[in-house]
Amino acid sequence: MNSKLKTKNSKLSRSPVAIEREKWLRFYRQMLKIRLFEEQVNQLYLGAKMPGLAHLYIGEEAIAVGVCEALRGDDYITSTHRGHGHCLAKGAAVERMFAELLGKAPGYCRGKGGSMHIADQETGNLGANAIVAGSAGIATGAAMSAKMRGSNQIAVCFFGEGALGQGLLYEVMNMASLWKLPTLFVCENNQYNEYTHYQETTAGDLKARPEAFGIETVSIDGQDVGVVYTTALRLVGQIRQGKGPAFLICDTYRFHGHHVGDINRTYYRSKHEEEEWKSKRDPLVLLVARLKAQKLANDKALAKIEEELRREIEAGVEFALNAPYPDAAEVDQHVYA
Amino acid sequence: MKAPTQKTPQVTSAGREITFGQAINEALAEEMRRDPTVFIIGEDVAEAGTPFKVLSGLVEEFGRGRVIDSPISEAGIAGLGVGAAMTGMRPVVDIMFGDFVTLTMDQMVNQAAKIHYMSGGKLKVPMVLRTTLGATRRSAAQHSQSLHAWLSHVPGLKVVVPSTPYDAKGLLKTAIRDDNPVVFFEDKMMYQLKGPVPESEYTIPFGVADIKRAGTDITIVATSSMVQVALRAAEVLSESGISAEVIDVRSTVPLDKQTIIESANKTGRAIVVDEGYERYGVTAEIASVIAEGAFYYLDAPVKRMGAMDVPVPFSPVLEDQTVPTPELNDWCFRLARQVPSLRGGTPGADRQIDAPDVVVQAYQRYSVSGLYCIDLERRLQRKVTDNDTLGGRRWDLKLLA
Repeated sequence: MNSKLKTKNSKLSRSPVAIEREKWLRFYRQMLKIRLFEEQVNQLYLGAKMPGLAHLYIGEEAIAVGVCEALRGDDYITSTHRGHGHCLAKGAAVERMFAELLGKAPGYCRGKGGSMHIADQETGNLGANAIVAGSAGIATGAAMSAKMRGSNQIAVCFFGEGALGQGLLYEVMNMASLWKLPTLFVCENNQYNEYTHYQETTAGDLKARPEAFGIETVSIDGQDVGVVYTTALRLVGQIRQGKGPAFLICDTYRFHGHHVGDINRTYYRSKHEEEEWKSKRDPLVLLVARLKAQKLANDKALAKIEEELRREIEAGVEFALNAPYPDAAEVDQHVYA
Repeated sequence: MKAPTQKTPQVTSAGREITFGQAINEALAEEMRRDPTVFIIGEDVAEAGTPFKVLSGLVEEFGRGRVIDSPISEAGIAGLGVGAAMTGMRPVVDIMFGDFVTLTMDQMVNQAAKIHYMSGGKLKVPMVLRTTLGATRRSAAQHSQSLHAWLSHVPGLKVVVPSTPYDAKGLLKTAIRDDNPVVFFEDKMMYQLKGPVPESEYTIPFGVADIKRAGTDITIVATSSMVQVALRAAEVLSESGISAEVIDVRSTVPLDKQTIIESANKTGRAIVVDEGYERYGVTAEIASVIAEGAFYYLDAPVKRMGAMDVPVPFSPVLEDQTVPTPELNDWCFRLARQVPSLRGGTPGADRQIDAPDVVVQAYQRYSVSGLYCIDLERRLQRKVTDNDTLGGRRWDLKLLA
């Protein structure tokens, strides 16, 4: 949030080139933050320090960052079981994220939600959701509420291509289109519905589905943060003008397994395929190449950002590991408001 | 759940009588006037005012922006309700038939019920899902169920089952003001039932059972549709000198255990009547509350009567058997025969009461099918006769004519 404010204030004094540079470096910072966060999550799992499992967002960072950077601070998002990236991109603090993942009291949900349910009202995050497409209604309802209240907020519903199998999504797309609700549906097509390739589960043309409801649908390369940002910015702008919902399909790839414990994946996808994506379409590698090619940043500047982030992540983990668990008496608190 | 402390408000200036449906309508209109964040969404809620005509007139007053006709998408409108409730609105989602709550289950059970808890108390879901329950409307298996036990099972939801116009209005206003998801079940056979409802503003707290009739010999705990039936049963029993106390729980969640246990302690006998399926149902829960709380005061095992564990059949001859009414009827009759032993006389010295058929017949007048007849008469604009295909070998139409 603070750096966003800085960006705004600096617009008065800085040149367009400087603003452009700052924007790209912020993409880098946010994407790398997610990458390093998720790598640390994996370590916490492997070191048996994290209860349960987590679903890593590594490989898909450009989507959360590209979309959230196009939003206002008070816009809403809903997220998925693979939600750490969305939460961080919308402004969640690393230390409270880690605390939640470890089930600790200072976590975003006082340890009651865990990895799949991080919600943060302050940053407009209405919650990650462990039911596939489960938050489609919530996002569309939030958009309806924003329209009714005249707040000019929009709601972004992030989901994977697996959600295309759920009926709820089509019910709410219909209503969002009928009533011109300010909703941006963001479909992260990471190719796999858990352990099954989406082409085995999804009939027809994916793009034709939202289009059948009269919803503008754009299909893009989700590994290019510049493309994601530019497209999201355009769609968010027209949604905010009251032109109704839009649907953004981002092609991407889940670099890790379905969850941290999904190590042996050869029965559903080849190592060759994984290597192709990791070596040729890593959103961070692509971004770094662009930054350097366009002389927006040099190695030194990038290393400095990485160093800062590593310290932030390290401190966040330290904070979470040392944080207290919630008092046992909290178990039946917050059942009812 | 903490024991309720608030006293039951009583009907005071009961100068006028309105129907159950009108009471619902008034509650909605008053809350929508009071709070601009309240809105209604559902199938045919606007100009149609729902098939039950309960919402008639609301769209004229509040406009289509606040009384919103939706597609036939129960899961979708429940989901929109959850999202709107989380972000500053107070939606009232209309699910026409209680059977259709099954379509909203993920939104109610996995989303609405858990969001406050999962977010560590940060997010709230102040929504109301209004729906119906009750059989004997000749609507068959997918429009006749009473599924309030399903929702009562899930922590995070509140479940309300009003039995009178007065309660319906006061409880619905409370539901709309509550910061939690509330599922509000209306007995569709009761919409035409009239009762006293004051003009003045009032609300009724959840978790406060209402002693609808005081008694000393037996406790009848009832919900929703079965409260009126229980009251008639109590009347019938009183003719045989048995004083029955009728307790209306009014909300199954929160449940006023204290009032139920105190009554069972006092009378020593209890029966629980509810129109949901008997198996794993509301009657089982309340019977266990009584067994745990009043065990040493009980003179007889707690009797429970729910709907028969079959899909609700279409044919009136079959359907009428499935509601607990005939069973309660038989039970009243049996109980009336046991008056001496009930009064502490010698067991086995039961006497034959003078005219048991009178008890049964008098009771039938006020049965659920009796309520159906009232509805039918309204439609036919005349008294029903035995030529009308009501069916039901248990229901002698001549008695109802």
